Amino acid sequence: MARITASVYTSHVPAIGAALDMGKTQEPYWQPLFQGYEFSKRWLKERRPDVVFLVYNDHANAFSLDLIPTFAIGAAAEFNVADEGWGPRPVPKVIGHPELASHIAQSVIQQDFDLTIANRMDVDHGLTVPLSLMCGQPQAWPCPVIPFAVNVVQYPVPSGRRCLNLGKAIRKAVESYDADLNVQIWGTGGMSHQLQGPRAGLINREFDNAFLDRMIGDPEAQAAMPHIDYVREAGSEGIELVMWLIARGAMADLAGGPPPKVVHRFYHVPASNTAVGHLILES
Amino acid sequence: MPLDKPYLDVPGTTIFDAEQSRKGYHLNQFCMSLMKPENRQRFKANERAYLDEWQMSEEQKQAVLARDLNRCIALGGNIYFLAKIGATDGKSFQQMAGSMTGMTEEQYRAMMMAGGRSIEGNRYIGEKPAEKK
Repeated sequence: MARITASVYTSHVPAIGAALDMGKTQEPYWQPLFQGYEFSKRWLKERRPDVVFLVYNDHANAFSLDLIPTFAIGAAAEFNVADEGWGPRPVPKVIGHPELASHIAQSVIQQDFDLTIANRMDVDHGLTVPLSLMCGQPQAWPCPVIPFAVNVVQYPVPSGRRCLNLGKAIRKAVESYDADLNVQIWGTGGMSHQLQGPRAGLINREFDNAFLDRMIGDPEAQAAMPHIDYVREAGSEGIELVMWLIARGAMADLAGGPPPKVVHRFYHVPASNTAVGHLILES
Repeated sequence: MPLDKPYLDVPGTTIFDAEQSRKGYHLNQFCMSLMKPENRQRFKANERAYLDEWQMSEEQKQAVLARDLNRCIALGGNIYFLAKIGATDGKSFQQMAGSMTGMTEEQYRAMMMAGGRSIEGNRYIGEKPAEKK
């Protein structure tokens, strides 16, 4: 049977992708940030998954205002890298896992989550920056990826509670898949940031670190936090953090298993307008 | 019954909710069209003529021409869509965000390097600003 062996959490700031693509990782501004992912790249090589289930949000690239799905699962065989206005990032195309994605879609919908199934979808920096941070600059990504896009652009976004419960449903779905696959689930976005209006540039270290603590030790408490607390404390775009709860909900401790092992924790300010947070938890 | 909108008292912040999205539909879809290189070229060649192809209000068109992102947002624009205008102009996300704060590019960059804008004094409209230490 397939199983979820670990979860990875990271910000997905577009400027990080640009810094990598333009060879700036050793510049003083960027060096401390990329340093924080050196361990993670080694870890991923050693623990290479068969599939990554990658939770992220689209930033008005695959989805315009014509269609705004709350949860969209990518079931295609491959996904092109979006042209976000600067030309597509020079990274490999993303190979999907249609069989597992279709299985998860069917199982999760039967558990009362109304997923949209996307058989064609370009993927933007929300998905490719985490892959770059964890894999570096390979010719091909190390394994198939199932993109899972969450609407955090138009308010209201799904609640923290719903995200955590969705993660639990995804775990059940993966465990009912009849092939021996090592699956990782990644939750991305955040941390505190605001990209708009006179309050742009907001960073709340205290909030971010308390969030990281609760993600490790008390995800149920974090799931109870209302949207307005994210908006007020972590900035209007800080609300992306709810996506981390989907990955966290898929960990074994929330299905009666032992608590996860924290293998890596990193926090850095700034990356462009944003604080960067990163965690790796093993089941 | 009115909708619960607890976010209206957050300073310097417009939440892109269903009402804003409705107001900004054509503005945001215009922005979206700039993802295609040929549209970027046509827009740059004659901005006014390109904007006139869209069912946007005159106010929205003027806000785009002036690159007044705060005004665009007040009129229903969303930052991820508006970013396509910045990309067309060759601006970074940091330059775009900074342009909405009343700070110069250098001041904004320096603020971010120093740890970003403090949350103290920035939670509620009318809140007393944080004491300078």
